[in-house]
This record gives sequence, structure tokens and C-alpha cells, in this order.
Amino acid sequence: MSDYILEMNHITKEFSGVKALDDVNLKVKKGEIHAICGENGAGKSTLMNVLSGVYPFGTYEGDILYKGEHCKFHNLRDSEAKGIVIIHQELALSPLLSVAENVFIGNEQTSRKGIIDWTATRRRAQEMLAKVGLEHEDVNVPINTLGVGKQQLIEIAKAMAKKVELLILDEPTAALNDEESKKLLDIMLQLKEHGITCIIISHKLNEIEYVSDSVTIIRDGKTIETLVKGVDDYSEDRVIKAMVGREMTNRYPVREGVEIGDVIFEVKNWNVFHPDDEHRQVLKDINIKVRAGEVVGLAGLMGAGRTELAMSLFGRSYGQKISGSVFINGKEVHLKTVKDAVKNKLAYISEDRKTYGLNLIGDIKENMTIAARPFFFSKNGVINANDEIIAAQEYKERINVKANSINQVVGSLSGGNQQKVVVAKWMLTQPDVLIMDEPTRGIDVGAKYEIYCVINELAKAGKAIIVISSEMPEIIGSCDRLYVINEGEIAGELNKDEFSQEKIMQLIMAHQRKGDGNE
Amino acid sequence: MNNKKVVKIDMKQYGMFFALIAIYLVFALLTGGANLTPMNINNLIMQNGYVVILAIGMLLCVLTGNIDLGVGSVVAVTGSIAGIIMMDMKMNMWVAILAALAVGILTGVFAGFFIAYLGIPPFVTTLATMLMGRGLTYTLLQAQTKGPFAESYNFIGAGFLPSFKIPFGDGTLDVVSIVVAIVASVILVFSEFKSNATKKKYNFAVNPLWQTVLKLAIMLFIIWFFFYKLSRYKGLPFVLLIMVILIVVYGFITSKTVAGRQIYALGGNRKAANLSGIDTNKVFFWVYVNMGFLSSVAGIVLAARNGSATPKAGDGFEMDAIASCYIGGAAVAGGAGTIVGAVVGAFIMGILNNGMSLFGWSTDIQKIVKGAVLLGAVTFDVLSKRKKN
Repeated sequence: MSDYILEMNHITKEFSGVKALDDVNLKVKKGEIHAICGENGAGKSTLMNVLSGVYPFGTYEGDILYKGEHCKFHNLRDSEAKGIVIIHQELALSPLLSVAENVFIGNEQTSRKGIIDWTATRRRAQEMLAKVGLEHEDVNVPINTLGVGKQQLIEIAKAMAKKVELLILDEPTAALNDEESKKLLDIMLQLKEHGITCIIISHKLNEIEYVSDSVTIIRDGKTIETLVKGVDDYSEDRVIKAMVGREMTNRYPVREGVEIGDVIFEVKNWNVFHPDDEHRQVLKDINIKVRAGEVVGLAGLMGAGRTELAMSLFGRSYGQKISGSVFINGKEVHLKTVKDAVKNKLAYISEDRKTYGLNLIGDIKENMTIAARPFFFSKNGVINANDEIIAAQEYKERINVKANSINQVVGSLSGGNQQKVVVAKWMLTQPDVLIMDEPTRGIDVGAKYEIYCVINELAKAGKAIIVISSEMPEIIGSCDRLYVINEGEIAGELNKDEFSQEKIMQLIMAHQRKGDGNE
Repeated sequence: MNNKKVVKIDMKQYGMFFALIAIYLVFALLTGGANLTPMNINNLIMQNGYVVILAIGMLLCVLTGNIDLGVGSVVAVTGSIAGIIMMDMKMNMWVAILAALAVGILTGVFAGFFIAYLGIPPFVTTLATMLMGRGLTYTLLQAQTKGPFAESYNFIGAGFLPSFKIPFGDGTLDVVSIVVAIVASVILVFSEFKSNATKKKYNFAVNPLWQTVLKLAIMLFIIWFFFYKLSRYKGLPFVLLIMVILIVVYGFITSKTVAGRQIYALGGNRKAANLSGIDTNKVFFWVYVNMGFLSSVAGIVLAARNGSATPKAGDGFEMDAIASCYIGGAAVAGGAGTIVGAVVGAFIMGILNNGMSLFGWSTDIQKIVKGAVLLGAVTFDVLSKRKKN
């Protein structure tokens, strides 16, 4: 038998024609901590979903060899039966049930005939908690009385209860503070001593350097390389280079004839606190300026606070205890509701079109006109249906929404066309300032290009545009200037001639180190 | 270049009309035509008036993805308020009507406040108003029936519009009904052609001519059937006037006003509606205030038809109203449904009740059949949607 516990060979996974994974290879040695690195959307989570059976055998190409056996998992249960447990970024805990019950959720301790044995549940839960350094916790309290850090550890205890041999952690420290993160990483090292193999997906390169034995870098759905600690150069810079080192092809239309004018959007000293926790500051003293005709990017890692910034600006749709001032066209505006924001010519295109952008059972026309309706398509509250139809028809053609008619239900459109409908919806409100949050997430290359063309067109019309994107090439390719945001603060500002993915990463890392140093 | 666009009528949209006609014909056969008599048609309208009124209000609740369980109790409360004012306080019927409407609106404000501004689930809030309303009715009426009311009040529920009868066949024919039918037909045909002309002007897709004609023919047939039968009885019931006004007003609100479409947007995706500048709390609040208002209208009509206020009035009406919406094609999750659908749904329930009574089935059996029809209609709806995806 080889010393690899897991070999994933030539894995290819397509989503409606788009290759999310393209001939990916991953080899994990028994008893090691193996990190997977890559930008957002590189395919890390998809790969783990293939491994754990979320995408069942047959929906992907390639071969999974686990402990020398060919695996054909059809669902999570199959992989868990073999000792492969995945812990997702969003915790799979039932908040009001007790700690003990959560540890054995889906894996209940039962006596004969399926009756739950509560004594065994509590006793065994205590044992499992001891393994993750929580021996002093009361297993009878509801799990939502514990902090996120402890909940994350309980997820691991839950995995232990399933007799885990290969533990996969997807961004385990994303929601944790430094102290909690350190504890979690140390627990991982302990598990390693007990012979458990771990795969960790993380953006935090310092953590990867600290905890892992080898790292596989994935980019654009392809494996780039695997570095081994003690053999290869294992520095952060080396990993960053592998993550981002790609040649830029002509995927971004050139913006021509745009005159950049005066500052028309300005945010000063913007502070926002978490909606559920008034002591947790999410955004600290943010200052940004955008000129007419300028496309400004907000770069940063997931959870850096970019979406929170956009939503808090957009009629206080996020956060509490918001302070600071906003100026549009040189005039201070107080945007207390979304309606105020729309009235003052600010638009926000959400990163999640299905949850926050669209009424999926409504048709294209309804979705396009709903936000602009009170301002442009009605008189005394009565809708002018013909104007709406004409406008929807015009925008459908103008930004090339591929659909039979404007009466087609939005839920039946492809992701790219749905995104175009959302873009049209906000163009119809005739904004001066547009915030586009992940405008091309999950859409194919052709539709992406069309969205970039729309951005150019809007810039040409003198709008101020903010693009939030986790895909660094996109920010670099489509923006004139960018702010790097990290942990709720502006970590730096770059002009077009200074753009590079290494620069952005360095700013983030430098800011993180500064933050670590302060605490 | 002639780029005339043609689109087929979505048959599912009219499926419930066919169901209505089919059920009616089945009972016509079973009862040997007993449900076709002018008197029965009249009863059908008078007996279902309040369910139709409630179904209209309930549709708005269903559009948000919720229901209102309290409407039956509010019907009873408002009816008893009207009764107490007229019988005990010996006051004018208009005072009674205004007071009943005010109380209805207040119950709506009460429920709406809890639902919209305190975030209490509508199911729980309206379960509470259902219990409280019923208890309040028994307290107000001291568990007694209050009546009989004056004829002038009972006109609302049992009266007829002015008529002009001429001898016809073995009875009489009301000319007013016929004139109204003619006017309605002209409006229907005219509006259909006007909307088609507008569509052509803007180069939108229109339905093929034969489908338009067929659609019009069926609708004209229904109108003429009803009005002819009514004209052979006592003319047009006052309740019909209330119903038509409400259908037209709410049909307009739900399809042509900003506020109406906001209900659909909220039901389709509340988060997206919020981020589109819609104050979804406000929408919720007004939907329930409106439900309270329409419940009181139904309460006034019911008390007038019975000529009295009874503690058990309106018992179970909420279920009929909810069922009407679902049978009429409203989506259980919210965001889809029409006023016309809910009204047709109410009539399907009414025709079932009426036909089964004439056929001699007990109310126990009637409930089983109604339950089965509701389940069947929603199952059909859900399965046909699944197939489309």
C-alpha cells in the first residue's frame, strides 16, 4: 500500500458546460495536514464536494482512491461511512439543541429499536469534547450559548464521534478571532498526532504556513503545484505567486473615450457595527472617493467587509450604530432607507442575485421595473404598464438578455441572463453611483464580457462605479483605481499603473500583520 | 416587413374556468337540472357573497406567503357590533355599519402591528385573533342570537337592485339585468380589442384570433347565463353589486398599482423586495388591515342575510377563503395568484356545496369532497409547475 491515504486523479467537473474543475490531481499522505490554496472561485470547495459525495459519483470524471480503494460516493453518508468528514464554512449545528445532541446529530446514540440513550449521548459527548480541548464545557446547554470558536471545535468533536480518519475543514477560521484561530489550529496539530489526516482550505497563508505539511495550489480549476514543507520554498510569497501567477488574456473590453470628471461620490469616516453584536465593529473609518466616469474596485478577501460596506451605504441595509457621512454630487445625503438611496441616485447590485436580487417566480419585466417603478413608471401610485413594457423591451435588447420575451419567468433563465436582469433593474433607476457586488459571480465567460461592456457604457455615461470582486484579475482588468479592504479597514489604495495581484496580496498581508502586532 | 408576433394563451390560466363549468355541469346532470333554476343561481350568489369578499382579502395575505385565520371570528365580531348598535342601542343602521367597519379595520391594525412591526408569525397572530374574536363575540352577544334586524338593513344581504319586469314565457324577465348584461358584454369585448390594439401598436405579441374569440365566447356565455337566469328571478341581488365593485377595485389594485405589485414582489422574495426599496413591513401591515376591513364587510353582509347576529356566525369561513385562493391557483409560498382566480375558487367551492346539498349529501360528506378538491387542485398546480422546470 502506498503512503497516500487519498488520491484524487484527473478530476473534471462541469457545471452546464463551464469547467469548474479541469483535470485536478490531489494526493494526501496519511497523517499529514494538507492545505489547499487558491483564489475564491478557483474550485477548492467544488473539489471537496466531489470528494465528500455532495456531487455524487458519475456527475464528475476522474477517479478517487481512498485507502487504496476506488470510491463511488453517492452522498455524504457514503463518505462518512468511510471516515471522511467535511466541515463547511457555515456550521451545520442546530442552534437550540444541546451541545451533546449536536455532537451526535445524524449519528444518534441509540439503544435497541432506535430509542435515544441520553446517558450515553451525554457521556460520549463529554469524551469527544475532551479530544478538542473543551473538557470543561457543559454538554446540556443549547449550542447557541457558546461562541463561534467553540462551535467550530464542536463541529470537530462531531466529526470525531463519526470515527473520522480524513477531516476536511473549509475555511475553519474565517469567522474566528486570532486567539480562537490559534486554538483551533493547535487542536488540528493534536489530531495529527492521533493519526487523523486533515485537509484544510484557507485564505490565511500565515495559518497554512503554521499548521500544514504540504500545500496544493489550485487556480482556475486546475492544480498548479504541490509544495512540501521542508523540501520546497514554503513562504507566503511563494504561495501567492503560485495562486495568482497567470497570464492575463484579453478578457476585458477596453474602455475608450471616457472622461473622468469630478468626485461625485464620497464616503467619510464610515463606521459600522455588527447587526447582532453592538460591540463588534465591522467597518472602521472608511474613506473612499469615486469620480464621474471612474470605475473603482474594492479588493479584499472574503469577509473583509466589502459587502457590509456597500449594504450599509445602501439605505442602511446592514449593521447598526452607523456613523459617518456620504456625499453624492457634492451634497451630503442621509440614506436611511433603500428608497432614500434610490431617490438619491445610488444603486447596489447584490452579490447574491437569487437571494437578494430577484423575484425568481416573477417575469423579466416585473423584476426589471420593480425598483424604478415608484419614480419612473407610475403616477399617483398607478402603474403605467405600457411604459414599463417599452423600457423592459429596450433593456432586454440593449444588454442582450437571452429570453423568449419579457414575460418569461426569471427563474428559468441562465445565471448570466439573470444577472443581466438585475443589472437592468438598477440601470432603470437611473443612478449616478452604482455599486456592483461580484457582478460576474457564477456566470460564463461570454456573459462576463457583456457585463464588462455594460460597466464601460455606464462609465462613458459619466456614472461613478464601484466594483466589488473577489476575483483579482477581474478587479485589475476592469477598474481604474482600487481600494484594498482588510478586516473592515482600508489597507491601501492602488492606481491603475500599480495594479498587480502580488501588490494586492502584499497589502492584505501587511495589514494583517499590523493587526496581529497590535493585539 | 410584417413581424406580427403571436403567442398562445396559457391554457392553465383558464383551467379553473373549465373546472368551474365542468363541476357545474356534473351537478346539473346529477341533480337533473335542479342547480340550473333561476332561484338556485340567485342563491349561489347570495350564499357565496361573503366567501368571495373574504377570498379577495385573503388573496393578498396568501400573496405574501401567509394566511389569516382570524377572518371568521372578525366576521362574527363585526356582525354582532352592528346588531348591538341597532337592537340594544336603537341607533341608525348607518352608525352600525360604520362602527362595524371601524372595528374590522381595528382588528386588522391589531394583527398587522404584531405581524409587521413585532415580527410575530402571521399564523400565530391570527390564530390568536381567531380565538379572541370568537370569545369576544360570545361575550358581546351573551351567547344569544340578536335579531331580527330591520328590513332596511337586511337589504344589504338579501335585497335586490331596482328592476323592471316584463312578462316572459311562463314568468317574468327583468329588463335591468339584461341591460347590465349588454353593457358588461360591450365593455368586455371592447377592452379585449383595445388591449390587442395597444399590443399591436407597440409590436407586442398577441394571441391568435381564434383563441381570443374562444376566450371571449366562453366569458360572454358565462355572463349571459348568469344574468339571464337572474333576470328570470328577482333581478340583480345587491350583494352582486358589492362583489363586482370589490373584484374590479382589487383587480385593479393588484395588477395596476405600485402598492399592489409590491405585494407580489414581497411574496416572491422578501429580501430582494427590501433591497429594491420596498418597505415590506408596511406592505404586511396594510395587507392585514385590509383583511380586517373586508372581514367587516363580509360580517355586515352575513348579518344582513341572516337578519340577525349569531355567536357562531362565520365559523370556518377562514378555511373556505384560504381554500378558494389555493383552488384559484395562488401559490402557497406566495408571490403568485390573481383576484379573479380567488373569486373563481370561491365559486367552485360554492357550486360544490350547493350541488351536493341539492343532491342530498350531508354536510359531513361535503367537507370530505371539499377537502379532496382542495388537495387535488394544489397537487395539480405543484406537479404541473415541477414538470415545467
